[in-house]
Amino acid sequence: MNSLKLSYLRQLEAESMAIMREVAADFKNPVMLYSVGKDSSVMVRIAQKAFHPGRIPFPLMHVDTGYKFPEMYAFRDAFCDKIAATLIVERNEEKIASGCHPLADGVDKCCAHLKTGALLSALRKHGFDAAIGGARREEEKSRAKERVFSLRDAFGQWDPKNQRPELWDLYNTRLSEGETMRVFPLSNWTEKDIWEYIRLEEIPIVPIYFAQEREVIVRDGILIPLYDGAQASGGKPAKGDKIRKIVCRFRSLGCIPCTGAIASTATTLEDIIAEVRKATKSERENRIIDLTSDSSMEQKKKEGYF
Amino acid sequence: MSTSEKSLLRFVTTGSVDDGKSTLIGRLLFETKSIYEDQYAAIEKTSKKKGLKDVELAYLLDGLAAEREQGITIDVAYRYFETAKRKFIIADSPGHVQYTKNMVTGASKADCAVILIDARNGVLTQSKRHGFLISLLQIPHLIVAVNKMDLVDYSRDVFERIVRDYQEFSQKLDIHNILCIPVSALKGDNVVTPSKKMAWYEGPTLLTTLESINVTADRNLVDFRFPVQYVMRPNSDFRGFSGTVASGTITPGEEVAVLPSGRTTRVKSIVTYDGDLQEAFAGQAVVLTLADEVDVSRGDMIVRTKNLPQMAARLEAILCWMDDQPLNLAKSYILKHTTRNVRAYVKKIIYRIDVDTLHRQAAEAFALNDIGRVDIQLSLPIFFDPYKINAGCGRFILIDPDTNRTVGAGMIRDAARHLEDYVSDPQHIKAPEQKSPHTVWRELNIGRAERERLNAHRAVVLWFTGLSGSGKSTIAMALERKLFDLGCRTALLDGDLLRHGLCSDLKFSAADRQENIRRAGETAKLFFEHGHIVLCAFISPFREDRDRVRSLFPDGCFAEVFVKCDIEECKRRDPNGLYRKAAGGLIPGFTGIDSPYEEPDAPELICDTQMFSLNRCVEEIETHLQEAGILRRIKTP
Repeated sequence: MNSLKLSYLRQLEAESMAIMREVAADFKNPVMLYSVGKDSSVMVRIAQKAFHPGRIPFPLMHVDTGYKFPEMYAFRDAFCDKIAATLIVERNEEKIASGCHPLADGVDKCCAHLKTGALLSALRKHGFDAAIGGARREEEKSRAKERVFSLRDAFGQWDPKNQRPELWDLYNTRLSEGETMRVFPLSNWTEKDIWEYIRLEEIPIVPIYFAQEREVIVRDGILIPLYDGAQASGGKPAKGDKIRKIVCRFRSLGCIPCTGAIASTATTLEDIIAEVRKATKSERENRIIDLTSDSSMEQKKKEGYF
Repeated sequence: MSTSEKSLLRFVTTGSVDDGKSTLIGRLLFETKSIYEDQYAAIEKTSKKKGLKDVELAYLLDGLAAEREQGITIDVAYRYFETAKRKFIIADSPGHVQYTKNMVTGASKADCAVILIDARNGVLTQSKRHGFLISLLQIPHLIVAVNKMDLVDYSRDVFERIVRDYQEFSQKLDIHNILCIPVSALKGDNVVTPSKKMAWYEGPTLLTTLESINVTADRNLVDFRFPVQYVMRPNSDFRGFSGTVASGTITPGEEVAVLPSGRTTRVKSIVTYDGDLQEAFAGQAVVLTLADEVDVSRGDMIVRTKNLPQMAARLEAILCWMDDQPLNLAKSYILKHTTRNVRAYVKKIIYRIDVDTLHRQAAEAFALNDIGRVDIQLSLPIFFDPYKINAGCGRFILIDPDTNRTVGAGMIRDAARHLEDYVSDPQHIKAPEQKSPHTVWRELNIGRAERERLNAHRAVVLWFTGLSGSGKSTIAMALERKLFDLGCRTALLDGDLLRHGLCSDLKFSAADRQENIRRAGETAKLFFEHGHIVLCAFISPFREDRDRVRSLFPDGCFAEVFVKCDIEECKRRDPNGLYRKAAGGLIPGFTGIDSPYEEPDAPELICDTQMFSLNRCVEEIETHLQEAGILRRIKTP
């Protein structure tokens, strides 16, 4: 520290803290979207740092599809309890009750209802004017073009061709009637950075990021975990599916029916970091949401997905 | 080297697709193993669909569907890779479409720029243009990558001619560190590995150069500047000021001044989640606590008493215009500088620069992508350093308050120096002259915090603004009665009250109105410091005057209540018959008749007295006071 130099991770951390403070200072009713995954864990730690010694001045909101892994729900409740954060859980109850499912309705439609639809109506319901999300530019190529402060119109839609220029650290936080802001403090982080930071800061994460033997269905080369219960019906075997026991872990966490595991023996953070360093595939390789077309993420974002 | 100790380099790449920029970035990513198989597979699929023989690496970089459809890059994209020595963030800026806007955006955070030149074409206008913008933005390091060397037989002569041409051009620029490298992005020569075909070149490869550029020397570690971003008041025992150190360093115990109030105190501690620091330096996000209880709000700047920034409300700057709607000299824009927002007019365009010839031209307005030198008038002074000396405190953006779009980016050269402008327009710039310079501000005998504890509520100023007859005083009186009955200490100030005594020497000219509001603000401040809930009902038609009053109070202790009502309805109500008199020409300069009313941009509260009853308006303000924690220990009966 005496060298008056900040390491790469500390520079990213300071940048993210400044972004969160800007949100707290300039918006009337902000919220942090908390998806329970590793990026959310990092985001919460940075928020704790940004507002220390005070509490995080906005609630965390989990937009729940009902299809998340049981380990995620358990982790979420324990974690938010421990750090004394205000947690709001919002679901599209109507569509969940009607049995909306990626295999029956298609991935795009299911996401539109349970994620985008639920998110937009939750933002409206609570009157949130800014939603902080953990998306990173490295994750996907349309995200690489998105601003840190990304404007949404009254319908929650992103207009990629009409973005405000974003210069230096001078963020334009102004909204017109009906508009809202999505804010991405982790824009410049990569998957490797996230893991390095989790190790450096000893940040708790959902245990299913670590490898263990699991029963999976192998479908189109993707390892889909087998889970009991009605919520996880996509993880139930269909005709022609083979059930196998494989040592694997989850590289990113989504809904059970749409999240594949990867074969891995990484049981420690060091193992995971070594694995991520050697990875030849992107972290969203096992996310069915991105694979439908070359611009499926951009399309979803235009519709209001975060 | 572990990642947590690696340094970071942000660089911008520019040049057109034809120069092989995408191939070069693709090469850097590929050779540093930063392209994933599934990402590659996705662009392979798209390339095939388009009927291309080879995989088009540019698709990897063109993130938007429209870009892939049209085969052009529209927007700046960010890429990430790392080597054993360093982490890199590339801002990939398209070369030909909206080059100025994109270049300035992409380069705004860069430590280094890489310009691509096609060896077959030599130094074209475009390469000069990019060099000029990089020089304006004061990016300290420039790498000129002379690409496609394979297509000129790796000729030393070709390379050296281009180097000579570029050096001749760059004499006119303000860039000191320029390095030229002959490369072939396609074949990989001198990108990551030294070229066997160009043994005559003895310099480093592109990647080696990027790895070894020293960026820490470029930071300003001398001038301590701390723009306050957010006031931290988690409980009554802690009051800290959060922000990112813009430049310089600070240690606990050092004497500092808070601008604009000019109060001096010492830094008590530097607080972080990871423990208190013995020193904070440029780039760190921290919380400062101060030895004395002084009012500090967002937008204030904490500096050393012996190293002050400049203060001015009239600036000269290089402005880059980024909006489809041209710059309007008659319009007031919002200028954001550090954490401070002020209103700004561009008073005059001194010249526009033709970025191709570098000639200065006269101009009436700036259109999209224009750049040049302007003279800017602010509603309140800002604290700055010239961009060249301290970039973080010398740059700003302009926002159009009607569309809320970011319309301009500026780099401050200095305070404006046009004597005639000061003389002809002194009212605008000067703070009220201090005619009793030998009085000393003394802290109150009993401070506000103590009084608040006794009162069991916090002090606050509610500023009701709106047309005559909109209902300001009516709401203020009803609310005051309610608060008084709850046991709050209140004070009510309104226009009539002040003009009968304190302000009886003032008329209704713009200057007198301004003075009237200034006195009202200062009076409110005295009551506020004595722990009162101060209700002020003044037409206060001008934004600038209201903003000036707001700046007297700490964050969260001043709430603007916009009492909204149509002028027609106000005329109908006309409680004191003033509109009738004004219409008859008996009251010149009457707001709404022959003098404008500027609506607040972002009032804390809006009371629409045409839509809602008096009770409803009063309740809404009361709820606001409760939610804001002003009335926290008082129970409503």
